[in-house]
Amino acid sequence: MKNDKNTRQILFVDDNPGDINLAVEALKVGRLKYNVHGVEDGEQAMTFLRREGEYAGAPHPDLILLDLNLPKKDGCQVLAEIKADANLKRIPVVMLTVSKAEEDILKSYNLRANCYITKPFDIEQIFKVVKSIEDFWFTIVKLPPNGVE
Amino acid sequence: MKNDRKNRNILLVEDKPAALRLTQEVFRENKMPNNLYVARDGVEAMAFLRQKGEYADVPRPDLILLDLNLPKKDGREVLAEVKSDDELKRIPVVVLSVSESEEDILQCYNRQANCYITKPVHLPEFMKVIKSIENFWLNIVMLPE
Repeated sequence: MKNDKNTRQILFVDDNPGDINLAVEALKVGRLKYNVHGVEDGEQAMTFLRREGEYAGAPHPDLILLDLNLPKKDGCQVLAEIKADANLKRIPVVMLTVSKAEEDILKSYNLRANCYITKPFDIEQIFKVVKSIEDFWFTIVKLPPNGVE
Repeated sequence: MKNDRKNRNILLVEDKPAALRLTQEVFRENKMPNNLYVARDGVEAMAFLRQKGEYADVPRPDLILLDLNLPKKDGREVLAEVKSDDELKRIPVVVLSVSESEEDILQCYNRQANCYITKPVHLPEFMKVIKSIENFWLNIVMLPE
């Protein structure tokens, strides 16, 4: 889990550490190397992204996985802050949440989420969804250049 | 993980006949019912999206596949117009381009392209990429209504 330039950095914001661990496991299978940074509330997510306090040395993530229902600061608020920040808005944000409500989907896209995916309940299905996200975003898509620091 | 089985409307903005035909083929084969509409330049794309003139009765697309190099109005301009229009900005825009320049990539993300994909030159890779786009956006992602 070194931070060399071939390691993809993912920020996973979810108040369920079980789901973060599952993503870490899913991403260990395969050719590419990932460093998954898990944070469990919206305030921590913004602290990480702005590299404040304990996150002073944190890398800029290549991709953000963001839950909607989060303690302290909710996912929509985090999304809005990212997409309003000139230094952060280029980073793709994948909403990953149990909500299937049309209202949540529409609101997320209007706040410029890059895509919205419903998180299944079943472990095996979550695993599959994480692999689909990995395949699409890290092998098909060209991600924006990550700030070299 | 899946969208309901309702018909998805996709707008493909592309002027190259070969890319057009191949993309149509891939989408025709998808198990998710979908209609693929085509605009051949940027002006046509905006008329379609704003339902102007001959496009008065077309549906709002659920997804836009946008080539960058287009006649009349460039893809970069189309992207900027879509994403600054309150009625249109929710629609995911997948940018497809032959350009690998970091500047193009960064500019598209900053203009809120939903993702940027480099169009492979060779046929098998091109088909694979189109299939991935189709599978990810129609079968995995929840699109806005």
